[in-house]
Amino acid sequence: MRVMAQLGMVMNLDKCIGCHTCSVTCKQAWTNRTGVEYVWFNNVETRPGLGYPRTHEDQDRWQGGWVRTSRGRLRLRAGGRVRRLLQIFSNPRLPGMSDYYEPWTYDYDTLLNAPAQADVPVARPKSLITGEPMQIRWSANWDDDLGGAPEHAPGDPVLKKLGDRVKLEFEKTFMFHLPRICEHCLNPACVASCPSGAMYKRAEDGIVLVDQDGCRGWRQCVTGCPYKKVYFNHRTGKAEKCTFCYPRVEAGQPTVCAETCVGRLRYIGLFLYDADRVLAAASVENEHDLLEAQRSVILDPEDPQVIAAARAAGIPEDWLDAARRSPVYALTNRYRIALPLHPEYRTMPMVWYIPPLSPVVDVVRDTGFDGEDSSTLFHAIDALRIPVEYLAELFTAGDPEPVGRSLRILAAMRSYMRQVNLGEELDESIAESVGMTGEQLRELHRLLAIARYDERYVIPAAHVEAGQSLEELAGCSLDYSGGPGMGGIGPFGEVSGTPASVESFHLTKQRAESDRYADLPEGRGAVDLLTWSGEAPPEGLFPPRRDNGQPGNGQAGNGQGRS
Amino acid sequence: MNTVLWVVLPYICLTSFVVGHFWRYRYDKFGWTTRSSQIYENRLLAWAGPLFHFGILGVLVGHALGLLVPESWTSAAGISEDAYHAVSVSGGTLAGLMTVTGLVLLVYRRRMTPSIFRATTVMDKAMYLLLGAVVAVGTYNTLVINLLGAGHDYRADVAVWFRSIFVFQPDAALMAGAPIAFQLHALLALGLFALWPFTRLVHVFSAPVGYLVRPYIVYRSRDPLGAARAPRRGWERVGS
Ligand code: HEM
Ligand code: SF4
Ligand code: SF4
Repeated sequence: MRVMAQLGMVMNLDKCIGCHTCSVTCKQAWTNRTGVEYVWFNNVETRPGLGYPRTHEDQDRWQGGWVRTSRGRLRLRAGGRVRRLLQIFSNPRLPGMSDYYEPWTYDYDTLLNAPAQADVPVARPKSLITGEPMQIRWSANWDDDLGGAPEHAPGDPVLKKLGDRVKLEFEKTFMFHLPRICEHCLNPACVASCPSGAMYKRAEDGIVLVDQDGCRGWRQCVTGCPYKKVYFNHRTGKAEKCTFCYPRVEAGQPTVCAETCVGRLRYIGLFLYDADRVLAAASVENEHDLLEAQRSVILDPEDPQVIAAARAAGIPEDWLDAARRSPVYALTNRYRIALPLHPEYRTMPMVWYIPPLSPVVDVVRDTGFDGEDSSTLFHAIDALRIPVEYLAELFTAGDPEPVGRSLRILAAMRSYMRQVNLGEELDESIAESVGMTGEQLRELHRLLAIARYDERYVIPAAHVEAGQSLEELAGCSLDYSGGPGMGGIGPFGEVSGTPASVESFHLTKQRAESDRYADLPEGRGAVDLLTWSGEAPPEGLFPPRRDNGQPGNGQAGNGQGRS
Repeated sequence: MNTVLWVVLPYICLTSFVVGHFWRYRYDKFGWTTRSSQIYENRLLAWAGPLFHFGILGVLVGHALGLLVPESWTSAAGISEDAYHAVSVSGGTLAGLMTVTGLVLLVYRRRMTPSIFRATTVMDKAMYLLLGAVVAVGTYNTLVINLLGAGHDYRADVAVWFRSIFVFQPDAALMAGAPIAFQLHALLALGLFALWPFTRLVHVFSAPVGYLVRPYIVYRSRDPLGAARAPRRGWERVGS
């Protein structure tokens, strides 16, 4: 047993309202630079829908992820090492700009500078790629909320898998939102595809990163990732991807997408897993067994043997404690209601989802039945084949059983908690019918519905005793094209602004937790709203005070107390 | 004059090549990339990229054989001059034509696709100019002089001169006697070498052969250097 720690996320899809706040705040933090205009580390898809980039789940076409060979070994779907190198000069499976969308801006200048005239001037869209006027035909969420669904939804690769059984009758259709970030997989195909070895999984917390100095622009990782969550910066010629906001989680703070999520539906915590068993688990023959294999790689943080092995592997005590309190472990392995996205890609994704009950509840309610009655809901879960099978194609390689189980638990929790809230006599058989106790349903309800801040995020800070210091991003909001962060075109090509700057762990933490501007070091020109805790005026927004009083260490306003 | 062209210039250019790469690697790892343009354009590249690259790699192997292996070795191995000539001209013609076709397509694609043209730097243009000239004159030598014409045994002069540079006993007289087209090819190539480290051609030196033997999944610990590291290009601090 080789115990390793992995940061993971769980999203409770019932609560996603599709507001895209996560995408926008993520973009502001990480990808508001030239070269990555089209890049959404976090994006929110409406399902059924094409996804972003369009039809990325169609692996016959894009060849992402792993396949199991007839000899039971894993091979990159796009081909082994030799094949990858032979195809390096032109990668046949690389999505083009048109599979994402051509980013644009508007010609605002005409609005400001138009002379007095009879017609109102209009700002025409202008391509950020060619600089020419263009027609906007697609974007990262063009089919949002089923917009244009009769035309686009039939192209959804997941829907296609359901085949003839689905007649898209739109008055009867269902819809939910699926926020997606990089899965920070245990068996990442992107890392395996990178010819220069510039992509890596961090040994401490499992975050998958691209070494910007090591990347040589072979763009194989984009093909390798079945979720298409590595993007190519077309200005710098380097790959970029979701960083799990490592500068923030190192300081014990949740990622930007999680922190700003309006539905408070994201959970972040630790998994302990057995690195020696990952490959075997990812290679099980039957795709329907992948979910259980993936769960079995994750270790029970209460198990004394695991704890001993983790200590031997050098995992610090506060991390072990965090692993025991981990909300993501509770949802994936203790209550077993969270499911991984597309386990059949065999990358062992570490962002899990609680499937949405709402499509079922909506139908039940619309047909005049009681949407909080467990037996009605159970019946509907069995009867409504299409939503359940669709969810199964997403989360369990097509096996409807685990999805049905998760939905039944959610349904049971719904009706049990109604009895609790209305002070009715408690029907314990509801809990028993899904193999749980009433107490467990209450705990689950507390985690899912009340969802206190400090229960959603249990993130141990990174350890810096060894004299290590961490990089953090700072002031990227100023990195608009041609802005202070942008290097512009130099003799060797374009500089992409500053993805991260070097800063000490203590400064990050101090800034995030400080409640007084005066506590902070001066002279930084950028206003950094990302690490701003909301408790004091953001650093640098106002000129420094003259009387720079005594620098106290603001412990008061850290984010922990919020709920 | 001969000394300047065939002794001084080569050493200047090769110094630029070596020191330039060293410096670029130290100072600008962030800029060390193919700067792939495939995301802008796919269809032409699917032909142009492999044609050019397989062609030029063939050309490189040919040059290595032709320039580095002395004539005496091949004859000692029992390969007659005629046989050698046949192999080198046919191989060279094939590789040369692939390279030229690929290169023409690459340049055409770069010029005619607005998005790629917009992402083309001055360095790219200078590089293509020199690379194009080297390839053009080189193909002329192979096709017109060696295949169709009387032929010139470059292994008696150019190759010997080339090797003489690396043993620090440069022999300018050898080159002075070579045909003008061969002289031009060598001069242009020297220019390309001088420019090489400052262009996207640096990607050639990171050809990822290590990929064939390394384990699939790479683990790394958090960067222990952190703040101690001096900021490099692309990593400058914001607002400081
Ligand atoms: C040795 C292994 C080599 C590898 C693996 C390699 C790989 C690549 C790759 C991946 C690209 C980017 C293509 C794209 O997506 O736009 C590229 C471009 C290029 N390579 Fe190479 N290359 C190699 C050798 C060479 C050599 C020897 C030369 C010439 C002396 C060369 C000249 C070029 C040029 C000029 C481009 C730019 C093409 C454009 O206009 O976009 N490469 N190379
Ligand atoms: S989801 Fe993330 S870790 Fe997994 S293969 Fe894609 S980029 Fe790599
Ligand atoms: S911010 Fe939260 S609720 Fe809004 S789209 Fe993102 S995940 Fe859904």
